[in-house]
Amino acid sequence: MINLDDIKSFFIEIGELSYFTNRFFKEVFKRPFETKELLNQCYNIGNRSFLLVGITGFIIGLVITLQTRPTLQEFGAEAWMPSMVSISIIREIGPVIIALTVAGRIASGMGAELGSMRVTEQIDAMEVSGTNPFKYLVVTRIVAATLMIPILVIFGDAIALYGSYIIEFIKGDVSFQLYFNKVFKALEFGDIIPATVKTFFFGFAIGLVGCFKGYYCSNGTVGVGKAANSAVVLASMLLFILDFIAVFVTDIFFNI
Amino acid sequence: MMKQEWHIQDAKPAVEVKRPMIKIRNLKKAFGDNTVLNGFDLDLFEGENLVVMGKSGTGKSVMIKCLVGLIEPDSGSIEVMGKNIVKLNQVELDDLRTDIGFLFQGSALYDSMTVRENLEFPLRRHKKRYAENFDTTELVTKTLNSVGLAHTIDLMPSELSGGMKRRIALARTLILKPKIILYDEPTSGLDPITSKEIVELMRNVQREYKTSALIITHDVDCARVVSERMILLVDGVNYAEGTFAELSKSEDEKIRAFFK
Repeated sequence: MINLDDIKSFFIEIGELSYFTNRFFKEVFKRPFETKELLNQCYNIGNRSFLLVGITGFIIGLVITLQTRPTLQEFGAEAWMPSMVSISIIREIGPVIIALTVAGRIASGMGAELGSMRVTEQIDAMEVSGTNPFKYLVVTRIVAATLMIPILVIFGDAIALYGSYIIEFIKGDVSFQLYFNKVFKALEFGDIIPATVKTFFFGFAIGLVGCFKGYYCSNGTVGVGKAANSAVVLASMLLFILDFIAVFVTDIFFNI
Repeated sequence: MMKQEWHIQDAKPAVEVKRPMIKIRNLKKAFGDNTVLNGFDLDLFEGENLVVMGKSGTGKSVMIKCLVGLIEPDSGSIEVMGKNIVKLNQVELDDLRTDIGFLFQGSALYDSMTVRENLEFPLRRHKKRYAENFDTTELVTKTLNSVGLAHTIDLMPSELSGGMKRRIALARTLILKPKIILYDEPTSGLDPITSKEIVELMRNVQREYKTSALIITHDVDCARVVSERMILLVDGVNYAEGTFAELSKSEDEKIRAFFK
C-alpha cells in the first residue's frame, strides 16, 4: 500500500532539488570563482577515474564484439562488425555504462564527503569564516563533473573501440587501419554530437545529485551512509531518464 | 516563563563596563512545536568573558548559531557590534563574520586539509585584514605558537588528539584577529587535564588578543575559571544572571542544580 508520507517526502525532495538547482545557476556566474578548487575537483573526478573508465571501456568493447560476432557470422556479415559495434558504443552503450560507472564513484564520494562535512559542522565552520560553502564545495564539484564526464566518456569509447579491435584482430585477422577506417566511415555527425552533448547533462546530474544528498545530510554517520547510497541510486535513475529524453530529442532532430 | 527574582538587573562585568559587542533582545526560535528559545536576552560587553549555562537541549547552541546567521530566528533582534544581523545581506554578513571567531564543539577542522591549510583557508579569503605584504607562513606559525602547537603544522587533523584539534580550531579562528569569540562547549569530550589546558588557553587568548568571548558550556569548572559574568538558560529564557560567586551561593533549587 502506498504510504502518504512517502509521497509527501518525494514531492518535498523534488522541491528541494529544484531549489538546489536554481541556487547553483544563481551562484555559478557570481564572483569569486573558486578556480583552484575547481581544478582540484577536475583532477579528483577526471584523472582519478581514468583507470576505472579505461578498464570498463575495454571490457565493454571486448564483450560486445565477442557476443555479436557469432550472430553476424551466421549471416556472413562479419564485415559489418566495426560499423555495428562503433555505432552502438558511441551512441548508447559507451555514454550510459561509463556514466553509470563514474556515477557510482563520484556521486557516492560527493554524498559521503559533503555529508560528513555537514555532520561534523565543517560546512558551518566554512560559512562562519566568511566563505560561501555552496560556491566553494557545491558549484566547483558540479561544474567539474559536468566538464569531466564527457572527457571520460570519449576516453572510454576510444578504449572500448580498441578492445573491440583486439577481438577482431584475433578472430578475424583485421588490421588496425582497416578496422578504424570502417569505424569512421560508419559514424556520422548525428551519432557523435548528440551522444557527446548528453554526457554533459549526465555529468551535471551526477554532480548535482551527489552534492544535493551530501549538502543536506543529517542524522550523523547513519545519515552519511544514506546520503552516499541514495546519491548513487538517484543519480543512476536520473541518468536513464536523461538518456531517454536525449534519445527522444535526437530522434526528432536527426531522424535516426 | 517570567524572569524571576534571580535575574540580577545591575550585574556588571568584572572588567570595566564598555560598549556592548553583542546585544540580543527577546530572541525566539521554535522547530515545529518545539519552542527552543522563548524571549532570550543577552548583552556581551567589550573585553568580557560571558558564560551561558544550560542543560542539554535548552537552546544554547541554537542561540549561538543565530548569532552568526547559521540559523534564522523566528523573532527578536540580534545586534553584533551595532549591526542587526537579521537585516544584513550576504556580503555584509560575511564581512561581519570575519570579526567573529567560532569554536565548534567538535572542532570542525577541514579533514581533507593539513593544519597549515586549515589556517590558511580563512586567510586566503580575507587578506585585507592584514598589511599587503604579510608572510602567510610566518603568520600561521605565529598563530600556532600562540596555542602551543607549531610542530603540528604539516599534520592532518586525523593525526591530532581531541585537545590538539580544539587548539588548532582556536588558532584558525584567531588568525583573522576576531573581536568576538564564540565558544560552543569548548571542553566537552575532553579529559579533565586537557579541559584545564583549554580553559587556560581561553584566558590567555583574551589577554593576548583582547577579545570578548561568549562561552556556551555546562562545565562548572570551566565556567568558574573563565566567566566574568554568567547567564543561566532555562526553558529558553534567562533564568538568572550574575557572577559565578553570586549564582553559586543561590538558594534557588534550579540554580543550585547547575552547580552540583
